[in-house]
Amino acid sequence: MKIISKKIIADYAGVRILKLTIEALEISRRARAGQFAVVMASEKGERIPLTVVDIDRCAGSIVLIFQEAGLTTKLLGQLNSGDNLYALVGPLGHPTQIEKYGKVILVGGGVGIAEMLPVARALKEAGNHITTILGARNKDMLILENELKDSSDLICIMTDDGSLGRKGFSTDMLDELLSKDKYDLVYSVGPIPMMKRTALACKKYDTKTLVSLNALMVDATGMCGCCRVSVSGKIKFSCVDGPDFDGSLVDWEELEKRNKVYSVQERHICNLSQAFNL
Amino acid sequence: MKKEPVRIKETPPEIRRGNFDEVVIGYSEEDAFQEALRCLQCKNPVCSTGCPIGIDIKKFIYYIQQKDYKAAYFTIRKTNNFPSICGRVCPAEYQCRKSCILTKKNLSFASEEAINIHFLERFVGDYGGNNNLSVPLEKEKRFSKIKVAVVGSGPAGLCCAGELARKGVEVDIFESLHKTGGVLRYGIPQFRLPRDVLDFEINYLKKLGVNFITNFIVGKTKSLKELFSEGYSSIFLGLGAGVPSFLGIKGENLCNIYSANEFLTRVNLMSAYRFPEFHTPVNIGKNVLVIGGGNTAIDAARVALRLQKLKGIPVGTTIVYRRTNVEMPARRLEIEHAREEGMKFEFLVQPKEFVGDDRSFVRKLICLKSRLGDPDSSGRRMPIVIRGSEFELECDLCVIAVGLKANQILTNVTPELKTDKYSDIIVNPESMETSVKGIFAGGDIVGGEGTVIEAMGMAKKAAASILQNS
Repeated sequence: MKIISKKIIADYAGVRILKLTIEALEISRRARAGQFAVVMASEKGERIPLTVVDIDRCAGSIVLIFQEAGLTTKLLGQLNSGDNLYALVGPLGHPTQIEKYGKVILVGGGVGIAEMLPVARALKEAGNHITTILGARNKDMLILENELKDSSDLICIMTDDGSLGRKGFSTDMLDELLSKDKYDLVYSVGPIPMMKRTALACKKYDTKTLVSLNALMVDATGMCGCCRVSVSGKIKFSCVDGPDFDGSLVDWEELEKRNKVYSVQERHICNLSQAFNL
Repeated sequence: MKKEPVRIKETPPEIRRGNFDEVVIGYSEEDAFQEALRCLQCKNPVCSTGCPIGIDIKKFIYYIQQKDYKAAYFTIRKTNNFPSICGRVCPAEYQCRKSCILTKKNLSFASEEAINIHFLERFVGDYGGNNNLSVPLEKEKRFSKIKVAVVGSGPAGLCCAGELARKGVEVDIFESLHKTGGVLRYGIPQFRLPRDVLDFEINYLKKLGVNFITNFIVGKTKSLKELFSEGYSSIFLGLGAGVPSFLGIKGENLCNIYSANEFLTRVNLMSAYRFPEFHTPVNIGKNVLVIGGGNTAIDAARVALRLQKLKGIPVGTTIVYRRTNVEMPARRLEIEHAREEGMKFEFLVQPKEFVGDDRSFVRKLICLKSRLGDPDSSGRRMPIVIRGSEFELECDLCVIAVGLKANQILTNVTPELKTDKYSDIIVNPESMETSVKGIFAGGDIVGGEGTVIEAMGMAKKAAASILQNS
């Protein structure tokens, strides 16, 4: 649980994306692409799920990448190499189903790009042709471009302000690609609105789509049902049934609303933490 | 003249509603002595037949009558490792007290006149704890080289570990959460089971040499096979019944609809009632509905009521149950406590649909009225929905407490572990051994939801088999 190294990989207007390399022998041995770990920054902290972005089996370490958004991620961001996490458990969730699909498009947005990296690598290794679309607010907030280039045959970058690549949504590009050619799978991780639009585009072109959901969780072992989502009208737990689901079957509106159920408390605790200069 | 039962001391409802302190204060020495004197010391005591682990109740009460509390403690400890816990959470009115000769015939639970065995047990357990009485170890050389893995640190796991460690076995307990105790910590609120009572028992096990490994999910972090390859000769699975059931009705995923497990875990394990000092939030509303009639429902409802009080909201929590008060499986004492605290009850009500607002927060529950029909397989009368009886209950937060199922994280990756149609693990009832040699199981993962003491009973049996096979 010891932090080996910490790196700021994006920083724009006070919003940072950080990369922590953490000693985690057991998780590093077993984690596969698409799985996550639950972390607690402090004893009084929340349990939050973070995707295992990378592993180093020799060093027995894993990489977690997160954007400082709420109090927990800010507390994590304040830890330094040599510090210990209060809790770390995993690997959790099912690994992404890796096989030779054929032509695959990966759509990643924001910090979701990090979560996509292990899947991109595994799909590439399985012999797929990979087209990667990365979406970010601007060039400063774009992460892991080079790493994803290495595991992609084609890469397209979209920014909200056009400061890098093309201006627009990653799903604009997705629509363009799907309209021109046939693809066997679209895999998407990022903000819910983006995954929702991805699923819609895939439906339009009748393309199989997998999404990695980021529902709120507590224990993340199937015990509480906080992360339940409606998939095909049935209750599924993101933690033990997912986190990957067929995007065309997910009730996006419900997920979007359920993820905001504590927005008042989140604002309150963030204001407090600002008052304490956290 | 027959003596009246000695009333237990409790914190008054208006005070306890506003905190999470223990409600039942317990017996003083004099109280315990007087209550013990009521025991008839039957020639052929039947009380013990009602105890899932067969505590020698007559004998321990006899020692209280003699004011030899030490002997009383060791009498209980012969069969029960955690008297302070069981004395607080056992549904005695369905078990030993129901069997007590003073209980009138043909009642579904104990009469008031029945000896307050559970309060006496608690007194004795606490006496033992306060006086650092420890059961003499019975370490045997032949066990000293044996290593056993216990999966889950709930009642079953703790009990099994204690039994083995006392004999000199090296025990490692693997717990998936960041804290130990399982349902005793995340499920049962501290106003029923204070954390220092639980911590005392866990620390005692640590003193015995039991090693606790938290943040470790067997089946995910490591497989059972890997554990065997690391030198564990046997493995005990005390996985619990971890997965909440839902009602399967429309609107169930609206915001502010919780499973009891989530609601209780947020408050009990993550201390959400102390937000923002603790960072995990929990919502509360003006009109809270809790659906279900078991202990978990009552616990969740009493937690909700306390959250309302802490937030300065007038108490407005209602338990919605499809049968009536008599059929409620919850402990009678808890039902009474809830009532005293201002809990409302809606009996013979069948939830039909949740309705939310434009932000998808729950606003009301559409229900149907029921009447009681013939008894079902559990012996309780089945509720029959009355057609056209639809009505609405206002709510802005709802907790669903309609039971738990087996967590399949481990069994899914271990197909050689045979399970039944409920995904519970099948064991040989004599040895508690599973379909895999060397793997034993007990507690709620065997036969579904039960009580703490039933879990302990199974764990003891498993521990005995493990010792025998070693």
